Amino acid sequence: MTTETTAGTTAELRRRLVVFTCFLVTAITLVPVVMMVLVAFQSDGESMAAKPSFWPTSWHPENLARAFELVPLGKYLLNTIYFAAGTTLLETATAALAAYAFARLNFPGRSWLFGIYLATLMIPSQVTLIPQFVLVAKLHGIDTWPGMILPHAFTAIGVFLLRQFFLGIPRDYEEAARLDGANRWQAFVRVIVPLAVPAIATLAVFKFIGQWNNLLWPLVISNSDATRTASVGLQVFQDTNGTQWNLLLMAATVTTVPLIVLFFLTQRWFVRGITMSGLGGR
Amino acid sequence: MAISTTDTAPVTTASAPAKQAPPPRWRSREALTAWLFILPSLIGFLIFTAGPVVAAGVISLLNWNLFSAPTWAGLHNFARLGPDPTFWSALGSTAYFTLVSVPLTILVSLALALLLNQGVKRIAIFRSLLLLPYATITVAVAFVWIWLYIPHDGLVNAVLGWFGINGPAWLISDTWAMPALILMSVWKSFGFGMVVFLAGLQAIPQQLYESARVDGTSPWKSFRHITLPMLSPALFFVIVTSVIGSFQVFDQALIMTNGGPGTRTTTLVMYIYRTGFENYDQGYAAAQSLVLFAFIILITAAQFMFQRKLVHYDN
Repeated sequence: MTTETTAGTTAELRRRLVVFTCFLVTAITLVPVVMMVLVAFQSDGESMAAKPSFWPTSWHPENLARAFELVPLGKYLLNTIYFAAGTTLLETATAALAAYAFARLNFPGRSWLFGIYLATLMIPSQVTLIPQFVLVAKLHGIDTWPGMILPHAFTAIGVFLLRQFFLGIPRDYEEAARLDGANRWQAFVRVIVPLAVPAIATLAVFKFIGQWNNLLWPLVISNSDATRTASVGLQVFQDTNGTQWNLLLMAATVTTVPLIVLFFLTQRWFVRGITMSGLGGR
Repeated sequence: MAISTTDTAPVTTASAPAKQAPPPRWRSREALTAWLFILPSLIGFLIFTAGPVVAAGVISLLNWNLFSAPTWAGLHNFARLGPDPTFWSALGSTAYFTLVSVPLTILVSLALALLLNQGVKRIAIFRSLLLLPYATITVAVAFVWIWLYIPHDGLVNAVLGWFGINGPAWLISDTWAMPALILMSVWKSFGFGMVVFLAGLQAIPQQLYESARVDGTSPWKSFRHITLPMLSPALFFVIVTSVIGSFQVFDQALIMTNGGPGTRTTTLVMYIYRTGFENYDQGYAAAQSLVLFAFIILITAAQFMFQRKLVHYDN
């Protein structure tokens, strides 16, 4: 009886300690994010004062409109969406097709070609940066959407991830469809793709976030507001206006919010996706 | 991003059980189908990845400013690396960044994953919130961090002041600019490792812990002898990808310090970017990027050699 109560209180104590630690760590971690939002609402004077304050003494929601007036932020955001969505769509579609062939179909040179794909995973994007830039320039692709999107729409990582996942789908499912007279394409579309939704979603989310974040490529390839993405645009912001912290951080907040919303809506998927792709020590 | 460059899952192919030798005609038809499936990806891959890698090799042998016709340089661009102090300091900065930020990131993500894996109810909300830094835009939060690091009254120094510490002028200090960059980078990237470790922890069979508890094993020992070995494939994966990532650090350095003070925080990638797109010295930039590639290959190969001793695969 007594031991049971002791065990109960110890467990309860431990639970409280865990929750408290989580709370504390999360609070400290989120300071920069909270800060970004708080400064975004401060007055010009307050945000540029020598002694920065944490909590705004007065709130200035009109900073939102001012940030949009100072730079074409809406256009930049739209551009970022085009860029991220375009690369993501192309990458997931082509990677899924190729991954299916690598996982399920026999053809001469299969392991050889897959080996080359894998080897390129280790190539830093800076190695290909200059040749890609030159290629796009020769094709008059600077400041155009194909020039922005195509060089970043075909990578080995997606093929690799999806292939690992496809290998784990039991062959019987597909065989059954094949016996019913389905050809390879139908088996792929009706059996494999529906089963692989978590993996495809994982790839899509990581790719989208990666490209939303991409600075180096848009910095090099986009020269005007026609294709400039938000990550590049925020820099322009700093250059043209000195450092008007409240408006800059308002723009930063606006740029970050869509990504955070997407992240929260989809994170269930990619936590599952990672577990299923065979990282779990299996 | 990146999921598993390790051999945690069957990497090499040919898992298809050969069904009693299908007729050749059928087989060639399968090969044709396969190529059709691969073609869209392969065309893009050849044009935008494989081609540029080869081209980088060629460009590194040229003198070229992008605008006038290139001239042959032979190995001159590689020879320039030796006496170039900025290149060596960029290499040193990159090594410093990697050696400090990778272990720190791993420790933080592992500690948080263990904390979140305590089986306490409603803890998922903390997982979501702790993923926030990873979900923010690097460039955007880099600006926030400049603000936090403002010398006299920025929040970081204000907090240090509570403990009677007179904080440095972080981003313009020879000594502290790099640690400031590292702190921000660890904050930005621990979320990815945390998610991978959580997935790994959840895959460890609970019976292992239960039988250890029955045997009276201490929590530290079960961590040492059950958790760590079972988690080692995930750990290996995160270490490899973090090292590769930290060798390519760019965004936050460009925004927060622009490589300064002096060249103190000029990393290799920033130097490559400067050489190629500010000094228009494409041949030299290509040579630098190939050296960066060589370093990454060497270090990754070394890690793969180590993993044979240290990583436990449950086959």
